[in-house]
Amino acid sequence: MVFQEIYKKCQNIMDKRTSMGDAISRYVRPGAHISIGGFTLNRNPMAAVYEIIRRKIGNLHVYAHSNGQGIDELIGAGCVRAVEIAYGGNGRFAPTCIRFRKAVESGRVLIEDYSNYQMALRFMAGAMGVPFLPTISSLGTDIVGKWGFSQEFREKERRLSLKKLTVMNNPFQRQVDDPRKVVLVPAINPDVTIIHVQQADAKGTARIEGLTFADVEQARASKRLIVTCEEIVSETILRKEPGKNQIPFFCVDAVVHQPHGAYPTACYLYYDYDPVYLNHYKEAAQEDSAYRQYLEHYVYGVKNHQGLLNLLGKDRLELIKAINPEGYAPGLDRR
Amino acid sequence: MDCSLREMMAVAAAREIHDHDIVFCGTGISMLAAMAAKHINAPNSVIFFETGAIDSLLEEIPLAVADPRVMYGTVLNGGLADSFATMQNRFTGPEVVGILGAAQIDKYGNLNSTAIGDYQKPGVRFSGSGGACDVASFVGRTIIFMQQVKGRFVSRLDYLTSPGYLNGEGGRERAGLRPGGPDVVITNKGMFRFNADTKEMYLTGYYNGVTIEEILETMEFSVDTSRVSEVPCATANEVRILREICDPQGLIL
Repeated sequence: MVFQEIYKKCQNIMDKRTSMGDAISRYVRPGAHISIGGFTLNRNPMAAVYEIIRRKIGNLHVYAHSNGQGIDELIGAGCVRAVEIAYGGNGRFAPTCIRFRKAVESGRVLIEDYSNYQMALRFMAGAMGVPFLPTISSLGTDIVGKWGFSQEFREKERRLSLKKLTVMNNPFQRQVDDPRKVVLVPAINPDVTIIHVQQADAKGTARIEGLTFADVEQARASKRLIVTCEEIVSETILRKEPGKNQIPFFCVDAVVHQPHGAYPTACYLYYDYDPVYLNHYKEAAQEDSAYRQYLEHYVYGVKNHQGLLNLLGKDRLELIKAINPEGYAPGLDRR
Repeated sequence: MDCSLREMMAVAAAREIHDHDIVFCGTGISMLAAMAAKHINAPNSVIFFETGAIDSLLEEIPLAVADPRVMYGTVLNGGLADSFATMQNRFTGPEVVGILGAAQIDKYGNLNSTAIGDYQKPGVRFSGSGGACDVASFVGRTIIFMQQVKGRFVSRLDYLTSPGYLNGEGGRERAGLRPGGPDVVITNKGMFRFNADTKEMYLTGYYNGVTIEEILETMEFSVDTSRVSEVPCATANEVRILREICDPQGLIL
């Protein structure tokens, strides 16, 4: 069974392009363990996030390092049951993500805290096929000492390790200044990862411009991978400069052509984040009824991501258009 | 030169950055301090971000460490895994100075940026570690920003997110951490450093117009004040650089 799945993935399937609706309904099932790419206000796969919300896919278990806006919206819309996370913030727009904060304070979402490096290592371990990786981060802290998930929850959920992490003596210590102890953090293998990239071809080979964050590790750790992209380009173009590509086609299950697919977060070289949208979101997120109105208007009230972009209008998108070579919108009013 | 206490805070931190330092910085005022240092006293310092950007040009101030403004004109754009590895690396890590902030700090410079109250059912939830715990675990020295208000300088943290000196002298070593730890705490009223032997915080400076009493009354633990003096005011040039070059839109200030 597993072999057949891998075989299917490796087959030279020429065209994995599909619609957002099809990709999300096929791979993001209720109760799925998912991860999304991007970091705070940059390159979150927001079109996919909004599609998950519109389809009211619930009970998700989300693995996150610092995916600010995407995670906050998934939590705010009630799609998330549990989150393993390093940072629930969104830069100056939300030192602590507001719906995230409310959900954790009220106990609506279960939470397990790690550091950013630990989450990156956990995805990397999953991508490498090893059960854990060691780090010397967090020794002596409550990240080691305090656990969020109950033992019962871990035992019931077979996709989770039975321990948050464990500390062991360095078996290779020789010199006095060698680390005496290491913290072992467990691998993550999500059911599905969704990333948004600048360019991909129809088979799925993907090119990320600018910082990759932990997208590559997240993508390779995952059983299924959805790639949404600003542009579909030909395989010939990607093969001309292979050093600029990060994801090979056989890792990819679905390719969705989605211009402005990271909006309202930024996509380097294509567009900036939208301060107007993010400020409006911040206001609405403070209060439950305002937040419901936000969801009704901007998410449920439109058919798809293009519907949201139409609602905002061309002028809005023109303001955040990236300029070369900066890759963002210089002089954009970001107050 | 007349300036706000927030501006004074950024200037005080910028002065702590030495030329050729490799500066790890987060969002907000730490970004401003690192940018200002490059224009004032440390032109050869290197700013790098946990997101993987190394030596960004920073023509505009970023509003998050993932802002596309950190990606422009870098020497290289990597990812989380290699940026933290640079700090964990036993050769490059000790060269790094990290700038951190938190909701609570104790007398040994340990930080809480996770939760107030019971961790399982917090009264107030914050963002969590992000990269702060990693930085505090790995690097040679850290500069810490705090607001000097009640509830921040506490006798006991509700959650220890990022290690300072843990329980004092030898605490880091006993836990298995590297040497390193906090060098200076900079607030909107003054500055603190740590005793070389006990690793306890002491008051080293107050800003013009601030009294020692108003600093001490915000704190749950006592500190030595025998080595305190007034911090030199921000110069006209320092203020100009902050306002005109680093943050002309007033996004952080």
